[in-house]
Amino acid sequence: MVLAMHAPDGFLNAGTALATGVISVIVVGFALKQARSQLKDKAIPLAGIAAAFVFAAQMFNFPVAAGTTGHLIGGALAAILLGPSVGVIVVTIVVVIQALAFADGGLTALGYNVLNMAVIPAYGGYAIFRLARRVLPLSTGGVIGATGIAAWTSVVMSAIGFSIQWLFGATAPVAFDDVFVAMVGVHSLIGIGETVISALAIGAVLASRPDLVYAAQDLDRAQLSDTNVRTRPFVMGGLLVALVFAAVVSQFAADDPDGLERVAEDTGFATSGSDTAWGDLVFADYATSGIANETVSLAVAGVVGIFVALAVASGIFLAVRERRSRDPAPL
Amino acid sequence: MAPEAKIVGALVLVACIALTPREAIWAFAAYATLIAVLVVISRVSPGFLFLRLVAVAPFVLFALFIPFIASGERTEIWGVPVSVDGLWGAWNVLAKALLGASVSIVLTATTEVADILRGTGVLRVPALFTSIAMFMIRYLELIVDELGRMRVAMASRGFEPRWLHQARPIANSAGALFVRSYERGERVHSAMLARGFTGTMPTLGHRRARPAEWLSVASIIAVCLTVLAVAMVTT
Repeated sequence: MVLAMHAPDGFLNAGTALATGVISVIVVGFALKQARSQLKDKAIPLAGIAAAFVFAAQMFNFPVAAGTTGHLIGGALAAILLGPSVGVIVVTIVVVIQALAFADGGLTALGYNVLNMAVIPAYGGYAIFRLARRVLPLSTGGVIGATGIAAWTSVVMSAIGFSIQWLFGATAPVAFDDVFVAMVGVHSLIGIGETVISALAIGAVLASRPDLVYAAQDLDRAQLSDTNVRTRPFVMGGLLVALVFAAVVSQFAADDPDGLERVAEDTGFATSGSDTAWGDLVFADYATSGIANETVSLAVAGVVGIFVALAVASGIFLAVRERRSRDPAPL
Repeated sequence: MAPEAKIVGALVLVACIALTPREAIWAFAAYATLIAVLVVISRVSPGFLFLRLVAVAPFVLFALFIPFIASGERTEIWGVPVSVDGLWGAWNVLAKALLGASVSIVLTATTEVADILRGTGVLRVPALFTSIAMFMIRYLELIVDELGRMRVAMASRGFEPRWLHQARPIANSAGALFVRSYERGERVHSAMLARGFTGTMPTLGHRRARPAEWLSVASIIAVCLTVLAVAMVTT
């Protein structure tokens, strides 16, 4: 039994549906113009097949956490295989046909469904892909790594996009904070699936027909044969995930006291604790002193914390590694 | 009935449903009656409709949660505090999602996918879309079948992947399948060109919508708009 994955009618109010509809039409129209000049006759079957693949892939759900399943969106993958404009059109067609011919997703919800499932993942994912490729090695491995990073980010961006639309057009009084955390949280996990599938799929296509991959056209034969995905994409990806959580998701952390504080308050020993000597430091209480805006203050504290932790961990790792190489093993 | 008329009718009906203010419960009853009439006329079996409606279950579940997690003044139902605004919100999502999905299901149950695409073409959707979509439909069954066969082949050799970390063989095979399908698509396309393909499929079997059909759609639209207008004015 297939569950509908796309938002139904009336999920967001009429104004939001209309506004996102207009945005989607404009963006996809622009993509159409770009695609016409790029799509020679031969590429229409390729686009159709890519669409069929994305469609087929979306049918397979995979478990992400207790009781929740996710499925591939495929926007980033389509953009990397076919180029951003054609990729957007392909995934738009998938979403529209799902609504029109398979009753998956409301007809009036097409505006935000297309925006979240096609426009944001394809264009946004492609942008992240290009950014990642600048930093990763010029090889097949680099392309695969960049695809992975772009795929995860595209899913999370899609979730953030929906949450922002909920902010404007919610039809039920559920707080933006709750929706944001739930959406971004779940989609961070779903993004892992998207990453793995996209990276593997791109690897498989690059292995046999690298000329079909739009985003790898700049690689020559030597670079194409270098399929080693080094650790850099994983480090970058991990860093990206940590930053998103520290700077963005942390904003929605509950203000209620945690377990120990709560017990302390209840039983009355909260007052017997004294502030640490570090209490007046720059980043006390996860806020940056000197920055008045709470959001920025929290974000800066989180990001700095990540970099400090990363630096310390790297330092320890380097020290251990150097020490190991200094003392050769006894024969 | 010609697909373009059905598509227009469905779009208007769903738009009316989505625009109706949630307090006008009678309006939703009216829409439900209209949809029931359509179900009877189109000879879609109600069992089929309810089966397909199960697909909207995740959003139904979300809607049922809303009164408990929503903000706003609270009231009590059987001793459980729920938000009043949340109850209205839940009703809103439920009614519109279920009714909208019903319309979509009736549309898709009575129209072949290829016909729907031809209908959108008549409604001035750019030819690039419809041609890519046509190719997609054509290859979809093929690809789904081949992927299914791959899974059976793997299972009969003892590999039944259930978790993400086991995805590698499937993803590799899928990638190889993609390349094979593309090459087949290239050959098909060249063959079509050799037989005079001009870029759009010839619509030999497609009969344009007759005035009588547009009239019946217009009557449905008129009913919807009246209900919507009255609902908006009286709330």
